[in-house]
Amino acid sequence: MTNSIAEFENADCILVIGSNTMEQHPLIAKRMLKAKEKGAKLIVADPRRIPMMAFADVALQLKPGTDIALLNGLMNVIIGDGLVDNGFIAERTEGFDQVKAKVAEYTPEKAAGICGVSADDIKAAAQLYGKAEKGSIAYCMGVTQHVKGMDTVKSVANLAMITGNVGRESTGVNPLRGQCNVQGASDIGALPDVFTGYQKVSDDAARQKFEQAWGCSLNSSPGLTLTEMFDAVEDGKITAMYVMGENPAISEPNIGHAQKALGNLEFLVVQDIFMTETAQFADVVLPAASFAEKEGTFTSTERRVSRVRKAIDPIGESKADWQIISDLAKQMGSSQLNYGSAAEIMDEISNLTPSYGGISYERLDSGEQLAWPCPDKDHPGTPILHIGQFTKGKGQFFAIDYAPSPELPDSEYPLILTTGRVMFQYHTGTMTRRVPALEREASSAQLEINPADADKLGIKQGDKVIVKSRRGEIETKALVADKTTPGVVFLPFHFAEAAANVLTLDKFDPDCKIPEFKVCAVSVRGKG
Amino acid sequence: MNNSIVLTTCPYCGTGCTFYLEVMDGELTGLIPCPTDPISEGQLCIKGRNAHVFVTNGDRLTKPLIKEEGEFKEASWDKALALVAEKLAGVKKNESPDAIGFVSSARCTNEDNYVFMKLARAVFGTNNVDHCARL
Ligand code: SF4
Repeated sequence: MTNSIAEFENADCILVIGSNTMEQHPLIAKRMLKAKEKGAKLIVADPRRIPMMAFADVALQLKPGTDIALLNGLMNVIIGDGLVDNGFIAERTEGFDQVKAKVAEYTPEKAAGICGVSADDIKAAAQLYGKAEKGSIAYCMGVTQHVKGMDTVKSVANLAMITGNVGRESTGVNPLRGQCNVQGASDIGALPDVFTGYQKVSDDAARQKFEQAWGCSLNSSPGLTLTEMFDAVEDGKITAMYVMGENPAISEPNIGHAQKALGNLEFLVVQDIFMTETAQFADVVLPAASFAEKEGTFTSTERRVSRVRKAIDPIGESKADWQIISDLAKQMGSSQLNYGSAAEIMDEISNLTPSYGGISYERLDSGEQLAWPCPDKDHPGTPILHIGQFTKGKGQFFAIDYAPSPELPDSEYPLILTTGRVMFQYHTGTMTRRVPALEREASSAQLEINPADADKLGIKQGDKVIVKSRRGEIETKALVADKTTPGVVFLPFHFAEAAANVLTLDKFDPDCKIPEFKVCAVSVRGKG
Repeated sequence: MNNSIVLTTCPYCGTGCTFYLEVMDGELTGLIPCPTDPISEGQLCIKGRNAHVFVTNGDRLTKPLIKEEGEFKEASWDKALALVAEKLAGVKKNESPDAIGFVSSARCTNEDNYVFMKLARAVFGTNNVDHCARL
């Protein structure tokens, strides 16, 4: 997030796009509703009738995968009605003219046609956001889990920049991260092309710094992303894998492919707290300690580093993940990973990472709230990014075109399937499915289907149905409700016994390699 | 009786609410919201409120397991780590460092992630390291 969570409360207008905030980030939704109480305007855009829409001034139930058309339509109106921040554009950005020319093609009527919403609603939303003194945008995976995910994120940034809604309190572009430490895992360099703090492995100066600190020579060519790794297994280029705390056997798109790859590995080691579906494929399973049994830090969606503290001893013979890795390195005769404590590891991170330079357990334990960049030990952290100027020079506009999703409905597979989460479960369910209070609320996958489609197919509430795509089929129960529009069905991905990712398409955003979880074509039939 | 409360961060979504874990004589007994937490302001969602429950679930893995003829058998740490070291070192030597893939976790700590990616890069010499941020 460019801004902090608490700032939502003082925004004049909040645009929520592709985020089911009330169910997925309830404590962030709370801030948005407080803003609403204080008089803020709320715009909610999502393919499903999500709970937040009940509070929206304008609700846009758009077709899955059409966010770019909507965003271009909003900008078309904002530019046409003279609601742009000319001073901000002139001083702080580059490339506005290309965007202006591009969005000129997206009249509200044209955008409305693509998105399946009304042109008047697009105009009304554009007026609300365009006129706001402090306009904030929040988005989540509804926007990013598309083949055009990266482009959609750029479009969101375009919208914020044309209205000067960056670098001030209660404005900004705010991705809401789904897992406790997605932000941190990226910051810390669990990515194929960067070390900590996004320092590139291909950059000689950065690499030399790490070579010196670690006392070894390092590989300068970026590695493979997770999904590329599974392709490489198929091609025989990867023969062994070490998986820590993830369950790709359920979370990968087109899991038939992922599971085949896991089965084909010559050697697989999985380190986790439970026997996951992925661990079943392993040759060796290593028991890890849970968050309650170890010291460490998570970095939240607002870039704030927060302490994880040990409450009890590890269960059984389990050990903290870092401890296991350190022991393994010792086995291999390496002394590079000898650490006495998690605090020592953070000290090494802050030494090598400019944005974490001032972060230490000492400061966190004294109660300081530190959002990176926090370059030195006297720095108070940076809750708001890009004040006065962008971190990297000028803000760059990108002219982005809408393109239809790669797999659209046809006569054989006439419905669009979009996937997501439910409030009471978390990711592949490894943790939440073992919590009775949560299982009581939602213990099986349900296919959300519009009454009009259900009628046509002769499907009634609670009927068993078969959902089929070009990748595979699953059996589940129908939830007939007007949560989705006609032609669109929804499935959560938490449940191994009816795994939505059997159906999804393994096509990727070419830049950031996010899979297309949000749109694929399916057929649905009652299981007679 | 020895009671304590330990302030920590929620392991679920990225909002980063903090709360106290309640401990009695070394056992996890409950969870209480933290009224001074700047984000949650003493409220938690249903997932966070129950975040301590899975920790002591009977299904937790408690010992290293090695698969022998299709079945998992409990093993000592020494034996399990020696096997992992031998197998991975073998792949590195006989094939190449890039024949190994390292999958890290958005649910592990920064420190875990750091040590894991350093293992991949410094000990094995590959940049094949990623996590499920995209998923
Ligand atoms: S308590 Fe709920 S909103 Fe807060 S971090 Fe945990 S899961 Fe997210």
